[in-house]
Amino acid sequence: MARSIKKGPYIEEKLLAKIEELNNSNQKRVIKTWARRSTIPPEFVGHTLAIHNGNKFIPVFVSENMVGHKLGEFAHTRTYRGHVNRKAEKSRH
Amino acid sequence: MARIAGIDLPRDKRIEVALTYIAGIGMSSAQKILAKTNVNPDMRVRDMDPDDIAKLRDVIVGEYKVEGALRSEIHMNIKRLMDIGCYRGLRHRRNMPVRGQRTHTNARTRRGKRGVSVGIKKKK
Repeated sequence: MARSIKKGPYIEEKLLAKIEELNNSNQKRVIKTWARRSTIPPEFVGHTLAIHNGNKFIPVFVSENMVGHKLGEFAHTRTYRGHVNRKAEKSRH
Repeated sequence: MARIAGIDLPRDKRIEVALTYIAGIGMSSAQKILAKTNVNPDMRVRDMDPDDIAKLRDVIVGEYKVEGALRSEIHMNIKRLMDIGCYRGLRHRRNMPVRGQRTHTNARTRRGKRGVSVGIKKKK
């Protein structure tokens, strides 16, 4: 079920506070975060966030198009290196 | 010949149904359009007054996104997802189901015919 509109989007408050601080002092710094569930508000645009994918931090530059998505969508958690080609597999034996 | 938004309406169908031949207009929007223009939905296209057709055309062209414009909007939306590198975009790129369906079995619509390797094959 989708989140109730009444509540508004979920934004990690600590992260937002940190970004606001950077915005106010006109700084740019990579912020590490575990808050994959946080929605991206317009304030984040132009910053680089290091988003945890369960293993390491993936640096993501937030662009305007990303507003409204969740941070986690941009740090993929699965490693997929493809399957072995079935024909190649057979010829090997 | 009734031509709306670059599509020829089938002459022998009721106008209500004929409108749904336009991409982007289904039954419900067809009914709304007809109610708005006060055209009888039971009329066959071949018996229709050219004025009525013109009225319908105005509403459809003015207020609805149909055919090419609609398709390009859909593709732009998908392209946006692919460009920002989010999970949904990735699934589109790989031609896999986007909304979290299982892929252990099934998902044949997205992944293509069985046996074709991993479903990287692109349609067309």
